[in-house]
Amino acid sequence: MSSEPEVTWEIASSKPASFYSTYERKDELQHATHYCPGCGHGIIHKMLAQAIDELSIQDRTVLISPVGCSVFAYYYFDVGNVQAAHGRAPAVATAVKRSRPGSIVISYQGDGDLSAIGSAEILHAANRGEPITVIFVNNAIYSMTGGQMAPTTLLGQTSTTSPRGRSAAHEGYPLHVSELLATLEAPVYIERVGLGDNKQVAQAARAVRRALENQVRGLGFSLVEILSPCPTIWKMSPVESQRWVRDVMEKTFPLGVLRDHTQAAQSEAVPIPPPPLSMIPGIVGVADAGLPAEMTGDADVPALDLQVRVAGFGGQGVLLLGEVLAEAGLDAGLEVSWLPSYGPEMRSGTSNCHVRLSREPIDSPLVTHPDVLVAMNEPSLRKFCSTVHPGGWILYNGEASPEDCDCRGVHVLARPFTQIANNLGDARAANMVMLGALLEIAGNLPQSSVDSALGRLVRNPKWLALDETALVCGRRLMREARAEVSHAG
Amino acid sequence: MTDVSHRDAGLLRVDTDECKGCGLCIEACPPKVIRMDESLNPYGYRTARYAGAGCTGCGICFLVCPEPGAITVLRAARPRQSTAPGQQARP
Ligand SMILES: Cc1ncc(C[n+]2csc(CCOP(=O)(O)OP(=O)(O)O)c2C)c(N)n1
Ligand code: SF4
Ligand code: SF4
Ligand code: SF4
Repeated sequence: MSSEPEVTWEIASSKPASFYSTYERKDELQHATHYCPGCGHGIIHKMLAQAIDELSIQDRTVLISPVGCSVFAYYYFDVGNVQAAHGRAPAVATAVKRSRPGSIVISYQGDGDLSAIGSAEILHAANRGEPITVIFVNNAIYSMTGGQMAPTTLLGQTSTTSPRGRSAAHEGYPLHVSELLATLEAPVYIERVGLGDNKQVAQAARAVRRALENQVRGLGFSLVEILSPCPTIWKMSPVESQRWVRDVMEKTFPLGVLRDHTQAAQSEAVPIPPPPLSMIPGIVGVADAGLPAEMTGDADVPALDLQVRVAGFGGQGVLLLGEVLAEAGLDAGLEVSWLPSYGPEMRSGTSNCHVRLSREPIDSPLVTHPDVLVAMNEPSLRKFCSTVHPGGWILYNGEASPEDCDCRGVHVLARPFTQIANNLGDARAANMVMLGALLEIAGNLPQSSVDSALGRLVRNPKWLALDETALVCGRRLMREARAEVSHAG
Repeated sequence: MTDVSHRDAGLLRVDTDECKGCGLCIEACPPKVIRMDESLNPYGYRTARYAGAGCTGCGICFLVCPEPGAITVLRAARPRQSTAPGQQARP
């Protein structure tokens, strides 16, 4: 036997690189998933990771995880991850794809998630032809919550909510989502595959890869529905559940390609790049508003990274204050977000808004720890004062912040802004006095940007003049306060 | 020599810490060279084990296994020395 040459072994198949090497969900079991033995989600994860590897798209892939057993997919895939509210993954995927057209966006969803609570989202994403990839894991039941009937549950199949078996008379027929979507014009690729035996699994892996490749090539909306075993809820062994997919489930949900317009799409496919910054004023119709040079993209964008929370009663101009700030930032070439949050009342009740200005792209418009809190009344101060970033500012509309309010570690400018505005001509300009004070903190924001933002948002010349005066007054109050602090110190 | 036969084109490795003993690989393997071990791993699962010979390196066990890293399939890098002893194996 010594005449036989040494065999050297090469790795043919091993854990795809698009998985993390360890999973930090828990302290123990960092190398195994949370899925039950024999769960189809694990098999599908592997196909997906392998396709991401093969297409070399790991660094630009964003996976949208659903609600359901696969809610923790982000613990396994070493890609960009967002976890969406139940059924909303296609809407989130739309946002990610549109704001980052170069990314490869995958909406991963169970049948409860996609065909029940999320039926509207998937329908409209498909109808719009969003160029995303949807992985639709159909195990004919709500698994994570313990086995309630799903729209996809088979006739006769028992579940905790159809204990005598689903009947068409009581619960309707199983919903054929892929067939429904295939009646739409926009989707380019829809295929149903299964995990029922070796051949089916191999075909499923090919379909997943194709659905992803379609997106890389800019072809359009692709969806793969995968009939997937859930041994735990089906109360079968893993091998029995695999057979059930092939012998039973497939009869209700026949496998095959339901839509393939990839050939036609190929000739039209032009991946749309985002418009250059200099074109945006024209697109949003503000091209002739006397924009400063910053908007053309060649001038320096001011160094600024600011998170602001503005809160007060409805009618105090909370939202307008935030809007002027955000518009001014936009005008200066910054990334901005403005997120209003108010109750159903238009004039009473409380309202608040979140504003962010940054040179970097903004990941989330939510401001949970503001650098500056503008509290236009006492309840707002009480509600948000403890959230302010240490070293940040609170601008409070009152003589002094109440003694029992914990404002340690932050600067406070407390002035009767409503009174001050009233003296200037109208109490309703208090928001602009406070904005003036805020602008002193955001010193890098050019006054010209503030002026043009104000000019666009306040059309009435009388109000515009008053607001301009109010801004100047607010700036002065802040400068004086700072001078006092430095004198004292 | 290990129990790995030189005549095999493939070789299976199972990470017994990751395997959950679902048995799907055993069902899937065409030449039926995977067995279920009697002993339990630290998490209480019986685990899959290579029978020691006969793997073709087809990779289907890898594809059906739900755990990302439980299975690694290796393939012989050079074709095995077969019918003509003395002849140099060629890549
Ligand atoms: C808004 C909302 N409604 C209901 C739930 C409860 N819930 C959690 S998972 C789930 C169903 C998941 O089923 P499916 O999408 O089929 O995924 P699977 O667990 O089978 O993989 C439901 C109804 C929730 N988390 N959020
Ligand atoms: S309950 Fe079903 S779907 Fe959920 S992890 Fe277990 S086998 Fe998978
Ligand atoms: S690679 Fe193929 S032959 Fe080898 S153990 Fe896996 S399934 Fe069996
Ligand atoms: S398929 Fe994977 S988890 Fe299941 S028994 Fe085989 S190696 Fe273990």
